[in-house]
Amino acid sequence: MRKVAVLGMGHSQFCFNSPKTQVELLSEVSLDAITSSNLTTKDIEAAFIGNALGTIAEGQATVQQFFANDIGCLNIPALRYEGACASGTIAIREAFMNVAAGYYDVVLVAGVDKTTGIGTPLATRCFSMAGDSRYEFPCGYTFPSAFALLAHLYASHYNIPLPRLKEQMAAVSVQSHFYASKNPLAQLRFEITVEDVLNSFMVSTPIQLHDCCPFTDGAAAVVLASEEVARKIYDKPCWITGVGLATSGRLSSQYRYLPRIRARELSVEKAYKMAGIGPEDVDVCELHDCFSIASIIAAESLGFFEFGTAGEAWLRGETKIDGKIPINVSGGLKAKGHPIGATGVSQLYHICKQLRNEMVDYGLQVEGARTGLVDTLGGDGCLCHLVVQS
Amino acid sequence: MDYKLPFKEYNKALRKSKLLGLRCNSCGAITCPPKMSCQECTGLDLEITELSGKGFIVTYTTSFVAPRGRENEIPYTIVIVQLDEGPWIMGNLIDMETNKITFDIIGRRVRMSSRVYPGDLYSAGASARPVFSFDD
Repeated sequence: MRKVAVLGMGHSQFCFNSPKTQVELLSEVSLDAITSSNLTTKDIEAAFIGNALGTIAEGQATVQQFFANDIGCLNIPALRYEGACASGTIAIREAFMNVAAGYYDVVLVAGVDKTTGIGTPLATRCFSMAGDSRYEFPCGYTFPSAFALLAHLYASHYNIPLPRLKEQMAAVSVQSHFYASKNPLAQLRFEITVEDVLNSFMVSTPIQLHDCCPFTDGAAAVVLASEEVARKIYDKPCWITGVGLATSGRLSSQYRYLPRIRARELSVEKAYKMAGIGPEDVDVCELHDCFSIASIIAAESLGFFEFGTAGEAWLRGETKIDGKIPINVSGGLKAKGHPIGATGVSQLYHICKQLRNEMVDYGLQVEGARTGLVDTLGGDGCLCHLVVQS
Repeated sequence: MDYKLPFKEYNKALRKSKLLGLRCNSCGAITCPPKMSCQECTGLDLEITELSGKGFIVTYTTSFVAPRGRENEIPYTIVIVQLDEGPWIMGNLIDMETNKITFDIIGRRVRMSSRVYPGDLYSAGASARPVFSFDD
């Protein structure tokens, strides 16, 4: 297998009610990625696009082909990947494998979604489509309720008093907002307090509004290239050195492992092994914090903390920029925003910015970061991981 | 290879509050709701069996935000129940006011009946859903 580099990148403002179409968002971030790679659209051999809800949100299926044509990548293979909230990350993994295998030398990966224009009721309905439609949606199963079920199960399984777990969860959201307040690309650039979280609207017990990521419009893009191309044209490539992907079925069928997510453990193990590293080698992590409890569950499965203890680690500051393992220094899905198909690409973007030492001006640089991890969860069971090294 | 217990058949029984599952002839485990393969050993030699619909609550949530078209249902409570035969299934808790539901319902015994979700634009028709009442 060949080494695969991340070259130039592009990232839109994450926001509510973007006036731009999905094609426009994709086109802008992609041209930023291509030109900052010292390439032109003529150099792009294929495009791998993460997009989850475009069909419903904009009535646009096959957004990938319209977008490729839009930027002048005429007639290239353009593919759309859908793994719910992990759509962008699985697109990156596919692009990585194509370049690693020697099939392509230069490819574009981008993700986009616009979920704010359709309003909360329809967006909630659409997100719920990533659960089991015939056997679990009839009960009113939505994604806030999925993580709410996991939160109560977590408290019960690890014997943590619910008020204590709520404090831990609030600490996750407070930290993410603090970092997002410094990230100019973030959607929710303001700080919140524990009281703000605990006084916010109850969405699905015990999950309150400030335990939830927002609906977001946005896009992000990166160029991946072979080592030969990267060394010739780009002076600070990052390297994707490990990838993992694992899937699972409906939530109730995961009963032997819950509240642990078995697919996450299998996927990240594969990524660590490919990169030849362990969790102790990770300097900075962007993980899938769609809900505050999701961060706690993820950080344990990734190997950063013992099971049942990650919430205390957040309270002790071990996940802060100068802590044991800096997590979601971008603001995470919680406060940077979560435009589904773009999320994995945005996570990779922010990890590469860290490895290139480019977050100093924002006060968000993890000093000496050389190894980063991307963790993305889609629906009831699409878990994808990327190890990235400088 | 035929699907042993398709949605249509499972759902028809569930509408009558009869819960069907699949017993694995290789490992003996029960799979419910149905799948093509055993959820424990992935074996394909399964036979349909009627389950008690009894078990205990392993987790719950009361939701105040509904998907489009289901606003009239809020607040509603989702529970996951560990059936006496082993598998976990999702349903709604019906015989307690939502504002009285607290963490200590975890572990309480319940029995199943059913109601019908009429469906929406995206749901390919109606579906019966399990509902649970306390049985202790």
